[in-house]
Amino acid sequence: MSTEAHNHTADHHDDHGHHHKDTFITKYIFSIDHKMISKQYLITGLFMGIIGIAMSILFRLQLAWPDKQFTVYEIFLGKWGAEGIMDPNVYLALVTIHGTIMVFFVLTAGLSGTFSNLLIPLQIGARDMASGFLNMVSYWLFFLSSIIMVMSLFVEAGPAAAGWTIYPPLSALPQAMPGSGAGMTLWLVSMAIFIASSLLGSLNYIVTVINLRTKGMSMTRLPLTIWAFFVTAIIGVVSFPVLFSAALMLIMDRSFGTSFFLSDIYIAGEVLHNQGGSPVLFEHLFWFLGHPEVYIVLLPALGITSEIIATNSRKPIFGYRAMVASILAIAFLSTIVWGHHMFVSGMNPFLGSVFTFTTLLIAIPSAVKAFNYITTLWKGNLQLNPAMLFSIGLVSTFISGGLTGIILGDSALDINVHDTYFVVAHFHLVMGISALYGLFAGVYHWFPRMFGRMMNKNLGYIHFWVTVIGAYGIFFPMHFIGMAGLPRRYYTNTAFPYFDDLANINVVITIFAIITAAVQLVFLYNFIASIFYGKKAPQNPWKSNTLEWTAPVKHIHGNWPGPIPQVYRWSYDYSKLNKAGDDYVIAGQDFVPQNIPLQEDEEEMNH
Amino acid sequence: MTGFLIIAVLVLFAVAVWQMKGIFQMSQINKSDDSQIANDKDNRFNGKLMIWFLVFFYVFLIYGFWKWTSVLLPEAASEHGQDIDLLMLISMVLIMFVLVITQFLLHYFAFKYHGKKGQKAVFFADNDKLEFIWTIIPVIVLAGLIIYGLFTWTDIMNVSEDEDTLVVELYAKQFTWEARYSGQDNTLGEANVRFVEGMNTVGIDASDPYSTDDVVTRELRLPVGKKVLFKMRSQDVLHSAYMPHFRAQMNTVPGMITQFAFTPTITTAEMRQNPEMIAKVENINQLRNDKNVELTAKGEETLEPYEFDYLLLCNKICGASHYNMQMKIIVETQEDFDAWMAEQTTFGETLNP
Ligand code: HEM
Ligand SMILES: [Cu+2]
Ligand SMILES: [Cu+2]
Repeated sequence: MSTEAHNHTADHHDDHGHHHKDTFITKYIFSIDHKMISKQYLITGLFMGIIGIAMSILFRLQLAWPDKQFTVYEIFLGKWGAEGIMDPNVYLALVTIHGTIMVFFVLTAGLSGTFSNLLIPLQIGARDMASGFLNMVSYWLFFLSSIIMVMSLFVEAGPAAAGWTIYPPLSALPQAMPGSGAGMTLWLVSMAIFIASSLLGSLNYIVTVINLRTKGMSMTRLPLTIWAFFVTAIIGVVSFPVLFSAALMLIMDRSFGTSFFLSDIYIAGEVLHNQGGSPVLFEHLFWFLGHPEVYIVLLPALGITSEIIATNSRKPIFGYRAMVASILAIAFLSTIVWGHHMFVSGMNPFLGSVFTFTTLLIAIPSAVKAFNYITTLWKGNLQLNPAMLFSIGLVSTFISGGLTGIILGDSALDINVHDTYFVVAHFHLVMGISALYGLFAGVYHWFPRMFGRMMNKNLGYIHFWVTVIGAYGIFFPMHFIGMAGLPRRYYTNTAFPYFDDLANINVVITIFAIITAAVQLVFLYNFIASIFYGKKAPQNPWKSNTLEWTAPVKHIHGNWPGPIPQVYRWSYDYSKLNKAGDDYVIAGQDFVPQNIPLQEDEEEMNH
Repeated sequence: MTGFLIIAVLVLFAVAVWQMKGIFQMSQINKSDDSQIANDKDNRFNGKLMIWFLVFFYVFLIYGFWKWTSVLLPEAASEHGQDIDLLMLISMVLIMFVLVITQFLLHYFAFKYHGKKGQKAVFFADNDKLEFIWTIIPVIVLAGLIIYGLFTWTDIMNVSEDEDTLVVELYAKQFTWEARYSGQDNTLGEANVRFVEGMNTVGIDASDPYSTDDVVTRELRLPVGKKVLFKMRSQDVLHSAYMPHFRAQMNTVPGMITQFAFTPTITTAEMRQNPEMIAKVENINQLRNDKNVELTAKGEETLEPYEFDYLLLCNKICGASHYNMQMKIIVETQEDFDAWMAEQTTFGETLNP
């Protein structure tokens, strides 16, 4: 780097000396260092991801070849896959746990937990999170909830199987399905702990971003990653407690005879005493979290992408203020659109109208984001690293998945596609695959920061290209079978000869799913091998402006050996020209890190 | 045996880990530049792949529409269904238009501006006019869609009941449907799960005079051209009454009565004559025949030939046999319907045969 600025003012954090000795336990297990905690989140998340994706392959096999026997069922499912035939209850259990794991454990904790932890302190110029201890507690609660969720797979009557939305009465009554016994109890306990973990994490992120920004790091100079993590944490704090209360009420209905969600039920030959409760109330409570959850999953991915696209385009992100505004608009609107999951739930049709209105409003900031990404690429000097490819992939799936939201958000149209595979296609593209690409992009981009080594780029390219083709191969055909009227959560479609002509499409989908899942092994291999044998990383491999690349490659407590860098500019001064316009601001270098003061012949951008 | 297998797997795993370093070094193809940062060659190569991906995307799109349109639902068999289909068509065309253009721009730019040594990116941070344009265009388009959608929705959901409306109760339970017609008085008798017993499978209150002429059936027959108002109940968990051919769906909720109304416009017999439907059924029977060849070879029972019928499906996860919770719907002329109805036993007759 040609210019390094080190004229720092004193900072009360600078005397933050860490001279105690780390033991193995305090360094790797009960660590309070945000960089270690972020790795713990990542590895736990990836591990859960392996389970979740493996499950999807099992139930995709069942959907493609319902009349064939597969010994893999017997291997993985034991008594529920006896003689290679999958039990219908266990099919539902697999779908349920797959959904739960992917949404909460992989894409909430694994994505947001990993990168919020890694990047918030490093990018705002802080020594660590506001409370390292709470941060550690947050991780270990997440770990505990993961263990309980995995354990629930082994209970006698089977794990929770009422769908990841666990609508009562199905989830409340063991008479209704075996999974609603001990399996559902463990699911609820696990999620309650998960919520506690998420709240601790979120509060910590919020406080850290508000209080610990380094000198000069005004809110309008924050990288978009931090904006995204910050707003995500706020949405989490607003909405997760509501899910918690819903779970609590469900626990009461299940175990203590209350009737929050139950009324007028005749099951297994007897009338239950419950009277006056409403399952629709549960739906409201669930989706009050459930919809914001989509953005809890997605916003961090969008933040990561913004950063990666700008860096690798060697251009500022287009419309920084519009990007921030749209994050805020999405966050606000996301809390008032939950009813679009309930158009045909039996709620008042007038409410349906209101929710259609708010839902289609949210398309506006989303569209702005998509256009801004595309414009950022325009006339750039694109460095097509694997992280950049995944970011472009994200924009692609975000658009194609988001567009079908216009259909689902329109109450009149939702009547006929609600709960069909059209929905499955929509949400997988817009939130599942997009956020997953965000996760991959983040890992490829910040791997050098996390592990001090580079991931292999050629394996990254293979991973990317097979995955993008595979993901569209899986989810694009699902729109058609959905519009053909095929409901989701069906164990097999053979009970309806009317759907016989969809069988071939289901085979196509499954084949793509298997290929896509297989190529994730390439990633896994690259990830693990690079930790140990990857090429040693330079300090700033991607020539990026953000502060995390000013810290030494080797991890130290407190992040910077000397004083904390001070910030003089926003993080997007890529390819900025000097006043004369004959060279970059710093001659011969197309980027200006945030800790470099304004140069003589430079005007500050109006931010 | 399993012990041996486990040991074998462990050994293989150990060998794999041991070999990892070697494989890993081999995968670093580009020996001269092993920085693992994209160079001009990578940029060019991946930029080109962007274009190939775009081609794949469009071809897949066209292939999908060409090959799979035949599996989609046939024309709507209800009055409001036609409005929904029109709105769907408009939204679909719009979506496809935006999709094709944005995907083109995204991938084309990724190709066009792939990094080269010496290429300078343009410092382009803001442009209020551009941003205004692409905020206002979605606003206008979406406003149009919202207004159109809301009118359609309100029309469908605000059911005005008159004496000409046929009131039918749909009763859901794990894992069957039953229908209850309101009989001569066109009024359903009171009901509650607490009355479920023996023959009284849907819990009708026998003390309610309106209930005597109610008729409970296991198939749903509807006269064509007459508005039906469905009153829906569930006795155990959530279900959803999904009638895709009529573009109709409503959840059934224990403890609550939900409703949905539509007017069927095409009889079952007419729908069977629909050329699209004929082709679809032929195709399905072809597939079933192919399967039968296999099944006969294995000495198993063969599949029956398929004939089209309207369907009521359960579309809310409700337990193990959720996938098979269905009821046949028959739309027929008023005369046929009346004749069928005359054959049914009323609730009063069921109780006192
Ligand atoms: C290899 C990749 C994946 C495949 C093949 C796959 C496939 C499927 C399928 C076929 C279903 C069942 C649909 C139904 O019957 O309702 C499903 C459900 C679901 N998947 Fe995935 N999926 C994949 C990745 C993901 C990811 C990345 C997410 C993250 C958001 C995700 C979230 C969900 C959710 C929330 C459900 C709904 C579960 C429920 O119905 O309760 N999936 N997936
Ligand atoms: Cu939503
Ligand atoms: Cu059902």
